[in-house]
Amino acid sequence: MSALPRKSRYSAWSLLREGLRGQGGWTPAWRDHDPEPAYDVVVIGGGGHGLATAYYLARTHGIRRVAVLEKGWIGGGNTGRNTTIIRSNYFNPQSAALYDLSVRLYEGLSRELNYNIMFSQRGIMEVAHTDAELESMARAANAMRISGIDIELVSRQATLALAPLLDASPHCRWPVRGALVQRRGGTARHDAVAWGYARAADSLGVHIIQGCEVQGFEIEAGRVVGVRTNRGNIRAERIGMAVAGNSSVMAEMAGFTLPLQSYTLQAMVSEPLKPCLDTVVMSTSNGVYVSQSDKGEMVIGGNLDRSPSYAQRGSFRVTQSVLATLVEMFPAFATLKLMRQWGGTVDTSPDNSPLIGPSPLPGLYLNCGWGTGGFKAIPAGGTVFAQLLATGRHHELSAAFDLSRFATGELIDESHAGVQH
Amino acid sequence: MQIFPCPSCGDRPDAEFRYGGDARKSRPGRDCSDAEWAHYMHQRANTRGEALELWQHAAGCGRWIEIRRDTANHAVVATEPMTR
Repeated sequence: MSALPRKSRYSAWSLLREGLRGQGGWTPAWRDHDPEPAYDVVVIGGGGHGLATAYYLARTHGIRRVAVLEKGWIGGGNTGRNTTIIRSNYFNPQSAALYDLSVRLYEGLSRELNYNIMFSQRGIMEVAHTDAELESMARAANAMRISGIDIELVSRQATLALAPLLDASPHCRWPVRGALVQRRGGTARHDAVAWGYARAADSLGVHIIQGCEVQGFEIEAGRVVGVRTNRGNIRAERIGMAVAGNSSVMAEMAGFTLPLQSYTLQAMVSEPLKPCLDTVVMSTSNGVYVSQSDKGEMVIGGNLDRSPSYAQRGSFRVTQSVLATLVEMFPAFATLKLMRQWGGTVDTSPDNSPLIGPSPLPGLYLNCGWGTGGFKAIPAGGTVFAQLLATGRHHELSAAFDLSRFATGELIDESHAGVQH
Repeated sequence: MQIFPCPSCGDRPDAEFRYGGDARKSRPGRDCSDAEWAHYMHQRANTRGEALELWQHAAGCGRWIEIRRDTANHAVVATEPMTR
């Protein structure tokens, strides 16, 4: 299935061989190219979505003259800053179809890319703290099941069995009434997703160009024909942008605005500890979520900071409220030390659904607006965006996410999802 | 904690203020086209750098103010009472 040259395949045998001869035979996973003057397709943004798009352009559509332009280093933006949660429990059928494609692609991704992305289907659960919340979850679960998503509403007892450290005492701050569980959900190693796609794309001839910042667009007769970068001008038949929080900045260079607002989303990790939480726990009403990494750290996320920001830095107030809520839900975590805290710039759209499609500038295509949940969508985002860039036409799953929905009013409102990750 | 200067109350903690959107945006008239209305409803300048924003001193005097704030580093550049 894979077109990787045999010499670079990872396997038990290659591990053993390199272990026996001092690890000296590994070759770089991908090459860092200098830009050429022209490509068939240029993808701006070397995060998960950009790299996946390049990979599918080469593999599915046979377009090999592809460049991924990354202003920093690949996977250094939101791909390297998120809390790695993968799920497809979305309310609307259009979203359920898109995100479930992503979960299914993630299930086969380690094998397809010959790169261990450490996808752990440990399940995800959203805890209900009130009866009203439980009722609204039942409604959501019904909608998701109609879309074919494997979601279950489980009892208080079942919830506490899945996460025994949740506070179940009679007078606790956040009572446990039940939970919405998706057992196929889970986490993956975020860096490995970027690196795996980069390695597979590189082996198919895609040029990965780091330290290459797009500073403007070359426009001829009303159509974009190339980009201006700090490393020279690059022409392309079609240009795709997958730049998340910086989408509006890039749109301004191209002469249009987008229905996006950039905010900071924070995440943090504790010191590592022995395994104690083997699922992903979210509290929708509190906007708090937590999972345990394979290293043992508790990976914690919260709600958006409340004012627009490009600073990649959140406020202490949000950190504090996330942690205060977390220790009320999990009293045992109160003794943990926090190791690191950081922020990423997320591009939120009015209906909390992505924007995928042609931009107002002919030749330039958009993959943005994933807001707080872009990581889980990487394989699907790459698949549909590659089709758009290869053919100029929407994939059947992306048509509903076209920019035109904001003029027609056919919004895909996922704001009920509430929790941000 | 960041300090926001309120024209009525002086320097106050930012927790007392509520973000209220882009101050440069104006609502189109009743005779606007669908496209103009859609633009007003959904499009955002989403400026990186100095942006003119509406804020309300919600937990203070309640007054709406305009804050010129740098979205790249959160610095408050200027504060004015609402001009319209």
